[in-house]
Amino acid sequence: MHHESLNLIIQPGTKAPPACTALSPLLRVVGLKKTYATPQGPLAVLKGVDLSLNAGSSLALMGESGSGKSTLLHLIAGLDEADDGEIWLNGVLVTALSDFERAALRRETLGVVFQQFNLIPSLTTGDNIAFQARIAGRFDPAWQDELICRLGLKNLTDRYPEQLSVGQQQRVAIGRAFATRPRLLLADEPTGNLDEASGDDVLQLALELVAATGCAFLMVTHSARLAAKLEQQVHLSSGVLAKP
Amino acid sequence: MRQALWTLATLVSHWRRHPANLATLLIGLAIATALWSGVQALNEQARKSYDRAAAVFGTGGARSLVSTRGGLFPQDLYVRLRLAGWKVSPVLEGTVRIGANSFRLIGVEPLTLPHETQLARIRDDSGIDSFLKSPWRTIVSPETLLDLGEADGATPVTASGQRLPPLKALANAPPGLLIVDIGVAQVLLERPERLSRLIMNERLGAAAPPLAVTGDALRLAEPEEEQDLARLTDSFHLNLTAFGLLAYLVGLFIVHASFGLAFEQRLPMVRNMRAVGVSARTLIAAMFCELSMLALIAGSAGMACGYLIAAALLPDVAASLEGLYGAQVAGRLALDATWWIAGLGMAALGALAAAAGGLFKAFHLPVLSVAQPFAWREAQQKHMRRQAVFAGFGFAASLAALLYGKSLYAGFILIAGVLLGAAPLLPLALAGALWLGEKSATGTVTRWFWADSRQQLPGLSLALMALLLALATNVGVGTMVEGFRKTFTQWLDQRLAAEVYFEAASDPDARRIEAWLEKRPEVEAILPVWKAKIRLEGRPVDVIGLRPHETYRAHFPMLSAAEAAWDSVRRGGAVLVSEQLAQRLHLELGAMVDIPTSGDHWRAEVVGVYPDYGNPKGQLRVDLDSLVQHWPDVQRTSYSLRVAPNAVSGLIGALQAEFGPKIARIIDQAALKKLSTSIFERTFAVTAALNTLTLLVSAIALLASLLTLSNLRLAQLAPVWAVGVTRRRLSELELLRILFFAAATAALALPLGLVLAWCLVAVVNVQAFGWRLPFYVFPGQWAQIFALALLTALVASIAPIVRLARTAPADLLKVFANER
Repeated sequence: MHHESLNLIIQPGTKAPPACTALSPLLRVVGLKKTYATPQGPLAVLKGVDLSLNAGSSLALMGESGSGKSTLLHLIAGLDEADDGEIWLNGVLVTALSDFERAALRRETLGVVFQQFNLIPSLTTGDNIAFQARIAGRFDPAWQDELICRLGLKNLTDRYPEQLSVGQQQRVAIGRAFATRPRLLLADEPTGNLDEASGDDVLQLALELVAATGCAFLMVTHSARLAAKLEQQVHLSSGVLAKP
Repeated sequence: MRQALWTLATLVSHWRRHPANLATLLIGLAIATALWSGVQALNEQARKSYDRAAAVFGTGGARSLVSTRGGLFPQDLYVRLRLAGWKVSPVLEGTVRIGANSFRLIGVEPLTLPHETQLARIRDDSGIDSFLKSPWRTIVSPETLLDLGEADGATPVTASGQRLPPLKALANAPPGLLIVDIGVAQVLLERPERLSRLIMNERLGAAAPPLAVTGDALRLAEPEEEQDLARLTDSFHLNLTAFGLLAYLVGLFIVHASFGLAFEQRLPMVRNMRAVGVSARTLIAAMFCELSMLALIAGSAGMACGYLIAAALLPDVAASLEGLYGAQVAGRLALDATWWIAGLGMAALGALAAAAGGLFKAFHLPVLSVAQPFAWREAQQKHMRRQAVFAGFGFAASLAALLYGKSLYAGFILIAGVLLGAAPLLPLALAGALWLGEKSATGTVTRWFWADSRQQLPGLSLALMALLLALATNVGVGTMVEGFRKTFTQWLDQRLAAEVYFEAASDPDARRIEAWLEKRPEVEAILPVWKAKIRLEGRPVDVIGLRPHETYRAHFPMLSAAEAAWDSVRRGGAVLVSEQLAQRLHLELGAMVDIPTSGDHWRAEVVGVYPDYGNPKGQLRVDLDSLVQHWPDVQRTSYSLRVAPNAVSGLIGALQAEFGPKIARIIDQAALKKLSTSIFERTFAVTAALNTLTLLVSAIALLASLLTLSNLRLAQLAPVWAVGVTRRRLSELELLRILFFAAATAALALPLGLVLAWCLVAVVNVQAFGWRLPFYVFPGQWAQIFALALLTALVASIAPIVRLARTAPADLLKVFANER
């Protein structure tokens, strides 16, 4: 039986991890490559991406549609497997982890917000927010209450997702991601389904919580306006990263 | 653990939001379990009764001495054996009628009963004094006490006016038996100084029949003769089991459909959970746990229903078994823990089998493509190809069973292969029909109707397959039963040509009655029907001796006969063979058969094969003189009489007045036909009940699928509603669609049912009972089945369609607002 703590899931035989200190980055991506098989032949989406992100800092990942932004985010989240390269997160070599270990990484270290909200329809708002924290064993009622207040969901905790507006649903998704106090928040176009005002509102809430918890924040976005609200911006083009 | 529990709680939360789906899943599993366990309860109850009856005189090894000629023998033989030092114990068996029921009465002598017999233990429990001394005791099982409708200590009166000693119920007494002291039995049965068997004390090692003491009056009955009942009834129980299994499989279609569609609905949830860190292993463990809980709940409910079904059907099954095999089955269910555990195991196994595909998909689910629709519909083409291959395997198995199988199991493989081969072809056939409909449609809404129906097909196909199986079973079994009824009635009319049938109490009584009858002007012919019991290839066979009278030549039904068969029989050296015996021994016209006689062997030619429906034993019909020649001690007590029809009741009355208890049984033709027909009807009452329940199960399968799909339908119907088709019109089209599916399924079920009927009459019946029935078709029944299919679909679709018709516009608009 695997231990659920990430400190123990580094596989023997992997490279010695760089120590995660104030000087070393929380997230380090080295030479990451990913190719998809298509009917027209192999399509190289990532051709050797290098990236690093320190604890407490934020980064906007921009690029054209189909440039591989979401692929990079999915690889960092351990939702998909890279063809080559390394992803180090909090001192752990993510690319060497099994599916079971990557699941543990997601629930304990990461918060992930998708464009489609992806709430569990049969759970109430309150239970949706608490879900990841509960399965990670990090449920903190006081922190949950604070999150609900900050996100403006106080009177909506007993409602089901279908009874909420799209803006409210995305706030619930952000609440779920922060409920575990993650080390890294990954957001894949979190405002893509929202109007401008709601999108600004949701991003502002996310940034406030990032500041409050001290976690790092990596956001995929099309919008240069929203990207400007984060500390750093990088552009993914032709499979490699560049400063905009 | 924590992770698994929260995952489980989240999975279960789905059902809270979709109670109708949960209900159909539970109902499906409960019904499947109920029908299977109900049938098993009937079988177990019957087998337990056989075992208890077989163990009455021993525990597997006890042997008895019985009359060489069959029937009773003088008590004097017992006395002589005891005086010669043989440790034997006397028994007298007979039947008494109390109220509307018949009970087997056994008289024993408790002091001499061998210790290893079950009756000896009964003696120990009741206290020997009260059993042996006035007012004596009648030992019964608690079930028999209930059947008698009496309390402990009561003294019921038999139909002949005799009063039984006070009843005493004992838990370990065999069901259907009344056990009394031998002297009491001789009085109650009016058989003074007569015995029916002597139980040998095995511990004293009596290895051979004591010929020196009793001459050839007694023979040793081997213990396996007691097991004949279980062997004879095997086919009956196997048929019941097959029906139970079919109903179970149809029930599992519901579970499979419900679970598969629930899996589709929960797919976004499952992917979300995986995305936020629930591992595949945890997810599977939680789904497995959820499944186990559902199986436990539904299984328990199913077992309770199974018990009720068995209790409701038991009287008919017991009557059938008694009528066909003379088996006494306790009329009250008494089931042990094994039955409950096995039933719950079947529920768990069924749930697992039905959900295995979903569990496998969940384990291999890619976490990405979060917002993608479920791949079932996309993969439909691939799925249909797989189904076609599966159908091919089913038909291949059937063909192999038909060509090479020679047992009842091969018959069931044949049927299972046909059904499981045909079921996966249904969606293919329906898809073809819908494609044709779409191609030929001209109107916009009509084209949409056909196209949309094709889209619904994957979600409904499992339920429609269940309906197909249920309808085909109804057609097949209905055709077989109706065909059997028609054949049986015609056969009975021919076979029961004589007007009166009677059995004398003893040979001298029979001689006196015969002499009396010869003087009666209304008696046109006295036809002795004497019977010797032999064993051929280890199985019991009756040899019936009769006088080849014009009655037989004119009426006796034959399947095949040599030229002048009756003349050959009359000359001796030729026999007629029952169909089941001919089938078992592979006898054809002209074949020679070696028949063991009381002295040696008699080699006779087969000159005719005749149907003998409903008789589990093989039978040979020979000339009366040949019978007496080869079995000189044959019991000569049974007769049939040709009498002027208007003189029947007068003659019976006169016989009873003249001879009273010297006539053991007497019955006229009409009563005998009525009795035979009622046994037939009660036998098939069970089949009819299971048939109806199977159809009910398929209706629930359809309802389950429609309810589950109705949640997904809004997103498909809202755009059509938005462009101007009213909710009422949409509801009408939904109803039309379901009726089309049901009608098309019924149209395919008819030929499938006829194939099934052929398998039943030409293969299964031959293997199970040894007789082959003529194949009749009943078009009127097809129309009924067709109407029944439409009714089933109508009933199943009412709730979802009413729900759709009443859907508020606001709910339809949500489809767009939520961008589902």
